[in-house]
Amino acid sequence: MWRVFAVGCALTLGGLAYASAQPEVRVEPLNLAGTRNLQQQTASAAVRDYLESWQALTAAFAQNRAALLDRDFVGIARQRLGNTMQQQSELGLRTQYRDLGHDIRVVFYSPEGLSLELEDYVEYDIQLFDHGSSKGLQHMKAKYVVVMTPAETRWRIRVFQAEAQ
Amino acid sequence: MRGSRTALFTAMAIVAGQYAMAQSGASVFPAKLEAGSAFSAVFPGTGKATLYIVGPEGAVKRDVELGASTIFPIGSLYNAGHYLAFLAGGSANTTYEFDVVPASKPAELSFLARPSRLPVDMPGGITGALYVFDAYHNLITRQIPVHFELSGPSGEKQIHDESTRDGAAWTAMNSSPHQGVDKFSAEAGRVSSVRVIRQFPGDPCGLKMSASPSGDMLQLVTEPVRDCNGNAVPDGTVVTFTETYDGAESTVDVPLKRGIAQVEMPSHSGAMISVASGVVLGNQIRWER
Repeated sequence: MWRVFAVGCALTLGGLAYASAQPEVRVEPLNLAGTRNLQQQTASAAVRDYLESWQALTAAFAQNRAALLDRDFVGIARQRLGNTMQQQSELGLRTQYRDLGHDIRVVFYSPEGLSLELEDYVEYDIQLFDHGSSKGLQHMKAKYVVVMTPAETRWRIRVFQAEAQ
Repeated sequence: MRGSRTALFTAMAIVAGQYAMAQSGASVFPAKLEAGSAFSAVFPGTGKATLYIVGPEGAVKRDVELGASTIFPIGSLYNAGHYLAFLAGGSANTTYEFDVVPASKPAELSFLARPSRLPVDMPGGITGALYVFDAYHNLITRQIPVHFELSGPSGEKQIHDESTRDGAAWTAMNSSPHQGVDKFSAEAGRVSSVRVIRQFPGDPCGLKMSASPSGDMLQLVTEPVRDCNGNAVPDGTVVTFTETYDGAESTVDVPLKRGIAQVEMPSHSGAMISVASGVVLGNQIRWER
């Protein structure tokens, strides 16, 4: 599913299948703020769920179907992405994202264990369609700041915000 | 009033500057703008074109006049993120990348304090994690000073001044020696958030009983049961009396009532009687009639 390059004592994503057509994923060693010790299993699960959320995002934007986000996004993050898809639909727009690579580090794990923050240097292509006609394709690099909270069976994204690298 | 005038003049100056640059042929699109702020862009060329602004955070489509200033009013783009602008039509198709950054002033705090109840006098027992957002619910990732304060029931305070890192800050405080309600607050900018933490007495400390005859029975009564900080242990806490005599052991569990526990047990000369509450052992008495 992903090609993963773990660095130093980096996290491993057990149970994932890797294929060369998929984004390269690099997970940096932990450099945590917070008192709580982050177990490797917890970090791996959060990173795995985060990467899966990119697949959901890509699929949702390709079809302007916000419901595809429900498993992975919650709160303001879910609301924003849903609003964007609604805006796109109203304007006759569609955006096709192609996820190319991630360089992820966990930067904060809250002391009570109820939130975890990642930084991800993401590379992706974005192609814009207006009423089915392609208007352009652009290669993008952005730093994403992501806050995740644990739900019943997985980590879900509550803050999903990009900024300049 | 004065502030809005200043903002208006600033916006006019930006537009005038951009207009001058457009006339000279330079392309102008803001590389970075604050969430919710008004901005303008001048795209080189002549004629009409369509501007698309897209990203996971928002989508905009507008007809623009090339070479003229296109004004985006306050609130046009308020979700922080990395956007892509496509300009289609006119002399050439062009793309621009730019960032909408969070507003500088904190407007909302997400403050999680744990636990909501804990025993008194626990070092580092209370933790708080804070995320700082602007008025548009954007996480403010630049460093912001945060003031954490824990006020105990008798007025004592613990203060920790921290700074956010990547939008988050945290602290750990000690629970105070006195039972009651603590107010745990976090403040960033002029925004604050308060949580209530209840502190209950710790385990009994110096548990002590006395024995006296009561007819054929033995009356056992504890002194008022308190924790090591002098807080009364709550009624209902179970105290266990154990009598050992001639190789046999009998045990009675009694809940505290009005701060003490009392029970009657068979009176045997030479019996050993002990008292405990949970893992805390009290005194022992050898009963001689």
